[in-house]
Amino acid sequence: MYVSQNQQKSKALTIAVTGLNANDNPGPGLAVIRALREGFGNELRIIGLAYETLEPAIYLKDQIDKTYQIPYPSAGVKALLERLNYIQEKENIDVLIPNFDAELYNFIKIEKELLSVGIKTFLPSHKQLEERDKINLKAFGDKNNFKIPADEVIFKSSNIDIPAEKFGYPLLVKGKFYDAYIVQNASDAHKAFHKLHAKWGLPIIIQEFIKGTEINIAGLGDGKGNAISVIPMRKMYITEKGKAWAGITIEDEKLIALAQDFVKATNWKGGFELEIMKNDKGDLYIMEVNPRFPAWIYLTVASGQNQPKALVDLALGNTVDEFSTYKTGKMFIRYAWDNVIDVEEFQKFSAFGEL
Amino acid sequence: MKLKSNIATSENGFIFNPATGDSFTSNGIAAEILAYMKLAETEQEIKKRILDKYEVEPSQLERDWDDYMLQLKEANLLDL
Repeated sequence: MYVSQNQQKSKALTIAVTGLNANDNPGPGLAVIRALREGFGNELRIIGLAYETLEPAIYLKDQIDKTYQIPYPSAGVKALLERLNYIQEKENIDVLIPNFDAELYNFIKIEKELLSVGIKTFLPSHKQLEERDKINLKAFGDKNNFKIPADEVIFKSSNIDIPAEKFGYPLLVKGKFYDAYIVQNASDAHKAFHKLHAKWGLPIIIQEFIKGTEINIAGLGDGKGNAISVIPMRKMYITEKGKAWAGITIEDEKLIALAQDFVKATNWKGGFELEIMKNDKGDLYIMEVNPRFPAWIYLTVASGQNQPKALVDLALGNTVDEFSTYKTGKMFIRYAWDNVIDVEEFQKFSAFGEL
Repeated sequence: MKLKSNIATSENGFIFNPATGDSFTSNGIAAEILAYMKLAETEQEIKKRILDKYEVEPSQLERDWDDYMLQLKEANLLDL
C-alpha cells in the first residue's frame, strides 16, 4: 500500500504509462514501469496506454495490469480526452506518465482537464517543450550559454547543399521528432532527407557533426529550477539507430553541472534526457534534449536514484529531496526476448482496444 | 607518475575509470605495479621492488616502465 502524504490515507496507487513499444528503438514505458514496481512494491496497479496492437509491453501481464488503446496524437486533444475519461471511469488513475515526445503537446494541453478527473501529471510547459525542440535548440543554447552544434532547418532536399557547404561532410540529418542519420556525401544526405520526410514530416534538421564520446544524462526537474536527480551514462554499445544497447554510469562533475544548469535555465518540470557529445578537448555539446525519461531509465534505479518514483511523488505533491549520490560503474546490457501469446489476446486488443 | 585517485583496480588486473566508463585489463606485473601506485609509492620505490623480486635488467625495466607509463597516460589514467 502506498501512503500519500497529502491525503494521509492508504490506497493502492494506479499509474498509467505510455511508450510500450519495447522494440529496437524502444519507448521508455517498460523501463518506467519496472522502476515504479521496484519503487512502490506490489500494491501498484499499472495501466498501459498503447497506440498500436503490436507494442510488446501490452502482452507482458506481469508488468501491466491492463492496457487500453488510445488515439494517435494527430487525432487531437478532444479524442484523447474522451478516451482518457472513459478509461478513468473504470480505472481511477492517480498519475499518468506520457513517454513519447510526439504525444506530449496534447497531454500538456489537457493537463487541467485530467486533474479535474483526478489524474495528476508532472509535465513541462508548452514553452519549455518548444524551447528545447530540435528546431529551436541552437537558439536555446546560444541564449543560455550551452554548446550546441550548428544546424540549419530545411524544408526542401534541394537546400541540403547550403548547410553542407557551411559545415562540410560528415553531417547529421535529423527528423523532426525521432531518427537521425550520419551521412558522408550529398547522395546519402538526400536519401536520409526523403526517408525522414516520409516518416516524420517536415522540417528536417541538418546538423554539424561533432566527433567524440556519446554520453546521455537522465534527469528530473522539480519545475522550480532544482534538479532532483541527475545520472550520466556513457554509451558502450550503440545500435544502427544510434540507441544505447549497453551503457555504464560515470562520474563527471561537469556533466552533472551541465544538467543542473539546464534545469535552472529552463525551470524544467518532469523527466528529461540530455544527449551529449564530449569531444577530445572535453567540451560538452548538447545534441538533443528529450522531454521525457529515456528507455534506459531503469539504470537510474540501479545506481540509487529512482527517477520515475520521484516523479510520481512530485506529481502527488509529496516532498522529494534532491538525490546526492549514485553508484558509478553500474551497467545495463539490453536484450531481446520473444514473448509468446495466444492469438486470442491479440484479437481481443485489436477488436476492443483493451486487454 | 601518480594514478588518478578515482581509478578502481582489482587484484586480477581489471582497471575501471569511473569518469569515462573505460575499463582495461592488465597482466600480472602491470596489476602489481598499479597496486603499488595506489599505495602512493614513488617510482623509485616501485622499481626497486620489481628489481628485487624479478630477474630483470635495470635497463630493460626502464624501457618497459616508460612504455607502461605511456599506455597509462594514453588511457587517461594518470594524474598529470
